[in-house]
Amino acid sequence: MKPLLPLIFERSVAGRTGYSLPPAEFPLEGIEQLLPQDQVRQKLPLLPEVSEGDVIRHYINLSLLNHNIDRGFYPLGSCTMKYNPKVNEDVSRLPGFARLHPLVPEENAQGALELIYRLEQYLAEISGMDAVSLQSVAGAHGEFTGLKIILAYHKARGDFRRQTILVPDSAHGTNPASAAMVGMKVVQVASDANGCVSLEDLRAKTDDTVAALMLTNPNTLGLFDVNIGAIADIVHAAGGLLYYDGANANAILGKVRPGDTGFDVVHLNLHKTFSTPHGGGGPGSGPVGVKSQLAPYLPVPRVVQGGEGYSLDYDYPQSIGKIHSFYGNFAVNIRAYAYIRMLGAEGLKAVSEDAVLNANYIQARLKDAYHLEYDRLCMHEFVLSAKRQLAKGVKTLDIAKRLLDFGLHPPTVYFPLIIEEAMMIEPTETEGMETLDYFIEAMLQIAREAEENPEIVLGAPHTTPISRLDEVGAARNPVLKWQP
Amino acid sequence: MGKHYLPNTGPQRRQILQAIGVGAVEDLFSYIPEKLRFSGLLNLPDPIAEPQLVDHMEELAGKNNVEAVNFLGGGIYDHYVPAAIDHVLSRSEFYTAYTPYQPEVSQGTLQAIFEYQSMLCQLTGAAAANASLYDGATTVAEAALLALNATKGRRLLVAGSMHPSYRQVLATYLEDFGAEIEELPLEGGKLKAEAIAPRLGNDVAALIVQSPNFFGIIEDLPALGKLMAAEKGLFVVATDPIALGILEAPGALGADVITGEGQSLGINQSFGGPLLGFMGVADKLVRKMPGRVVGQTADAKGRRGFVLTLQTREQHIRREKATSNICSNQALCALAASVYMSLMGPQGLREVAAQSLAKAAFAREQMTAVPGVELPFAGPFFKEFVLKLPQPAAKVIAAMADKGYYVGIDLGRFFPDMNDCLLMAVTEKRSKSEILGCAAALREVLA
Repeated sequence: MKPLLPLIFERSVAGRTGYSLPPAEFPLEGIEQLLPQDQVRQKLPLLPEVSEGDVIRHYINLSLLNHNIDRGFYPLGSCTMKYNPKVNEDVSRLPGFARLHPLVPEENAQGALELIYRLEQYLAEISGMDAVSLQSVAGAHGEFTGLKIILAYHKARGDFRRQTILVPDSAHGTNPASAAMVGMKVVQVASDANGCVSLEDLRAKTDDTVAALMLTNPNTLGLFDVNIGAIADIVHAAGGLLYYDGANANAILGKVRPGDTGFDVVHLNLHKTFSTPHGGGGPGSGPVGVKSQLAPYLPVPRVVQGGEGYSLDYDYPQSIGKIHSFYGNFAVNIRAYAYIRMLGAEGLKAVSEDAVLNANYIQARLKDAYHLEYDRLCMHEFVLSAKRQLAKGVKTLDIAKRLLDFGLHPPTVYFPLIIEEAMMIEPTETEGMETLDYFIEAMLQIAREAEENPEIVLGAPHTTPISRLDEVGAARNPVLKWQP
Repeated sequence: MGKHYLPNTGPQRRQILQAIGVGAVEDLFSYIPEKLRFSGLLNLPDPIAEPQLVDHMEELAGKNNVEAVNFLGGGIYDHYVPAAIDHVLSRSEFYTAYTPYQPEVSQGTLQAIFEYQSMLCQLTGAAAANASLYDGATTVAEAALLALNATKGRRLLVAGSMHPSYRQVLATYLEDFGAEIEELPLEGGKLKAEAIAPRLGNDVAALIVQSPNFFGIIEDLPALGKLMAAEKGLFVVATDPIALGILEAPGALGADVITGEGQSLGINQSFGGPLLGFMGVADKLVRKMPGRVVGQTADAKGRRGFVLTLQTREQHIRREKATSNICSNQALCALAASVYMSLMGPQGLREVAAQSLAKAAFAREQMTAVPGVELPFAGPFFKEFVLKLPQPAAKVIAAMADKGYYVGIDLGRFFPDMNDCLLMAVTEKRSKSEILGCAAALREVLA
């Protein structure tokens, strides 16, 4: 096979080194004698032998193969690919944060504890909750934590029958997967003709075995569920709780708070709504907020403020316990804290207003060229379907690949599952009108191409470093590592 | 304030509203029932400009003491982080990209992950590795879930010498799972293989150990591996990747799953996060492994490329039947580890391990020469060891911090009967004079 770029192993030259270590000061020869003799490593790992310059050149060349938000538009629905402010990167790297060990005496970590304490308060205010923990490090981790809290709450009340988690058919895959991870049974609730939770189906499936309903609102169609009041009533009346998946919280900042609409538990994705970078897949941060009756079950330790400053408090006997080695993704949380401090209440509200404005603009201009299942005002994202183009043999996947030729990242595709040939588009507030226009024109051109010259779409991408890859072959005969 | 992140101007907003066909931004929120809307202004601090933010953050960072000489461990270590790493991580192309769903424009991330998986397999002796999990603790919990899924067993034998926080997280994860966790007793701070044998059986899903263990002691992995070779249950080993520069790969000693905390591989301490949970598995477990995996393939023109693969294990396809709920992982931390392992190479990694061991051995000698200080555990260790003090550890630690030394972790935090013990870690960064200074300070504090 012709390599696009060599693997770093293929750049290796025996004897070359890329490290600079402090003086040993002690003889290292024979140091293995301190180890159990049957555990001394006989053969060193075949790591690359390269210079520092080789390493930098390798990774810089790799980096140039990536699309990224700093290079261009990235309208991945439900992923909130907004601009990541540079100052947040700088302040997260201050030595007072970056070099702080998590187990220093608490009086030596007052700045870190204060930041955690304050950010928890801000997020509680934004989500309308009473208490927040920053310990969960990703959205799915937050879901897991929130569901554990819900189960602990039911069990503490002697209610052991609740073995079911309700999940709408439009939900993210993490919702049912998280429910399974806490040992719960998943029951799916249908959507109604408006793309919202079917109240009829919800009523039919809600009984005293339901621990909670997990809901994303606005949902994955980008639609605010107008029946949220009734939904909360149905679930609460049966003794269940309401879980808010915060994946789409970028639509609601300062406009509506989950805690005011009946939700008992929320998680927020700081790597979506609060501008922390996605890092090519992580690290993220998925704080969990709860109403006061659930606060005793939050993970420990909690950060508390007392007369002598801030401290870590483990004394919550009803807590679900620990869910992370330490206190969550602190350096990610620093960035979110900085973001909130710079925007303030007015700024956050403007974020959601522009996010919703931008999404509606694209929707309005594309809905004649592509099928729009639910034709109404959307929130921060919306879902188009390529089913009209499918008549000409052009699938959503082809449209996605063709967008790459315009230097654009495609939307989230084939999700939510309830829309055929789905394209979920979320522009975010950090894109200006001319970027949106460029995307719209590209989408319109592709729609015309699908009519007049489908081959160009079907053969896309034409301009990327590599063309479509054999994914079936990759899964059938997995090659998961370099072999010498 | 903060409006410099929002490019639309007033006239553009009006133009957009016109194109949508509504009169005001507020109309776009009309689907939210009036009585549920938040009408006031969130109670948050007033916005500040960038220069003030920098001042404020410097002030907060300044309230943390990172000047003391650091002998803290317990999963997070003060190994040197080469400058080149942050220069790679600071590339927008890496840190502002999403999960590589579109391989044609994500080959940078995908190849980097493939290389990470390859290096991890080299280091640990695993047949395959995933693209990262959250941290050491949750990775051990995921390994336990993997074992319950892959075997018919319901019992998990867990070493009492495993990091107490990892065991706590494991307990949280397993609580509603109908699995039984049995803590294996210790002798002299480590496991005894003979004491484990009678507990084994077909209902055991896994033996889960950490080596070097929480106390820094190297467990007898060859004996444990032999014990598990004939068993249906999995042998799960959590380890310190730096130790593997000098210690045998667990994969070569019979481990089926190799996990642990990868922070030592070039990741900042950052008050304990973000970290890097790594996982490698034996061949038979590849399709049951949690987390994303990158595989090699080719395009139509025969060019080598990389894609996310074996996705039918994952939540976005399998939903409640997925091997894990994980979606976001710690990709950028895995990239840091790859850059670290590339810079170090086989020789550098061996030297980091050897220096840490040599300096730790010297420190142990110096500290135990202080009157009243004892070694509660004998036996081979790697870069960390326990000291028994004639006074409560918390008090000694506070006094040492005042003298400019983070001498160790108070073990009373984790084990009530060990509140006169501390755990001291020594990396290649510590110099002879720092160690001697620390010993002298300890002598004064205990005098």
